[in-house]
Amino acid sequence: MNERDPKIESATLSRRRLLECSAWAGAGLVWSLSGGIPRAMQLAGDAMAEVPAGGLSFVQISDSHIGFNKEANPDPTGTLTAAIAKVRSLAVAPAFMLHTGDVSHLSKPEEFDTARQIIGGYGGDVHYTPGEHDVIGDNGASFFSRFNGSPNRKWYSFDSHGAHFIALVNVLDLQAGGFGRLGTEQLEWLERDLRGRSASTPLVIFTHMPLWTVSADWGWGTDDATQALGYTRKFGSVTVLNGHIHQVRQKVEGHVAFYTAMSTAFPQPAPGTALNPGPMKVPAEKLRSVLGIRTVSWSPGSAAAVTDRSLDG
Amino acid sequence: MKAIFMHCVVLAGCLAASVSGSASNAADPVNIRIGNFAFAPDVITVAAGTTVQWVNEDDAPHVVIGVDNDTPIKSPALDTADKYAVVLAKPGTYKYFCSIHPHMVGTIVVK
Repeated sequence: MNERDPKIESATLSRRRLLECSAWAGAGLVWSLSGGIPRAMQLAGDAMAEVPAGGLSFVQISDSHIGFNKEANPDPTGTLTAAIAKVRSLAVAPAFMLHTGDVSHLSKPEEFDTARQIIGGYGGDVHYTPGEHDVIGDNGASFFSRFNGSPNRKWYSFDSHGAHFIALVNVLDLQAGGFGRLGTEQLEWLERDLRGRSASTPLVIFTHMPLWTVSADWGWGTDDATQALGYTRKFGSVTVLNGHIHQVRQKVEGHVAFYTAMSTAFPQPAPGTALNPGPMKVPAEKLRSVLGIRTVSWSPGSAAAVTDRSLDG
Repeated sequence: MKAIFMHCVVLAGCLAASVSGSASNAADPVNIRIGNFAFAPDVITVAAGTTVQWVNEDDAPHVVIGVDNDTPIKSPALDTADKYAVVLAKPGTYKYFCSIHPHMVGTIVVK
């Protein structure tokens, strides 16, 4: 992934934003000095920066698909286990982990149990949001009970290190011919959740399907994402993390930076490069180079970094 | 899982026979192939009482669900090579989609 052009960054650093960022610096934290947009890098090995006191580092994993057993990866439990080992080996221990859905392949209890057991090896807090594979047959009741603590706790938010984290669910009550969907009830909740918050609060939204249309032909988008993002308009820094498409993609649009993550189970093709978006077969020895984890970290006085790390890196 | 689907197919066959009185419908379900994240054919016309059967040929699971609230089309998750059959006894237009890949849509016209 490319680092942002510093000329563009300086041009977008408005006085208002500078004041907001200065306020952050004064508070001992800076989400980003580049117009609220974290820089993105794709690194391997030991390039992760140390996070001094006051900084934050957390991990995103996605699409573990426990229960999948096809040629693209006959052993997703093995690769999820490798992903958790990678998290544990990070030079800077993450404050917590996010899982952006498709924990299971077919919403089976034993798939959820296996995933939970392996992910539990991380040892820290994990915040989940479901993928469409996690809500088959019961509209997510089993998933929400197991991973969110209650069948009624679907979407939620929490604060950490001065940033506001929002788990959105865009895989329920999908409509024929549509994409991902948030729905009226969730949109109203989101509007209420954001109302009254300071515009200088960095927002991190995590969800399963992309909130920007990566591919209309393959349904890689969310029907009512525009409305949701409209509620974030006053905020200087909005970072959206998602899974679903099993590959790293990024896009910056206005105040919002979008990042899709790798899977821990199998890759999917780039839009338009295959007949369908299903599992992509790669030579066995290459599989772990296209699976991975993501760290998001930032330090006082520097820009936040989104770093994707392959399992073999 | 497979045993359950076999059961569904057999059951569907009995229903078809009782509704339409035609043994040939039960013996020869009309197949809709699920491949490359699409239904093929995506629009078909069948006689009332026909058994319609979806066969998943993708490496990804699909869930076939009718659009109408009272739809008889409600499959469980169909993994690779799984089949789901339903008898459409009542004439009408049945729109359906994949509930986990909702851009996949199809229509069955029953006459």
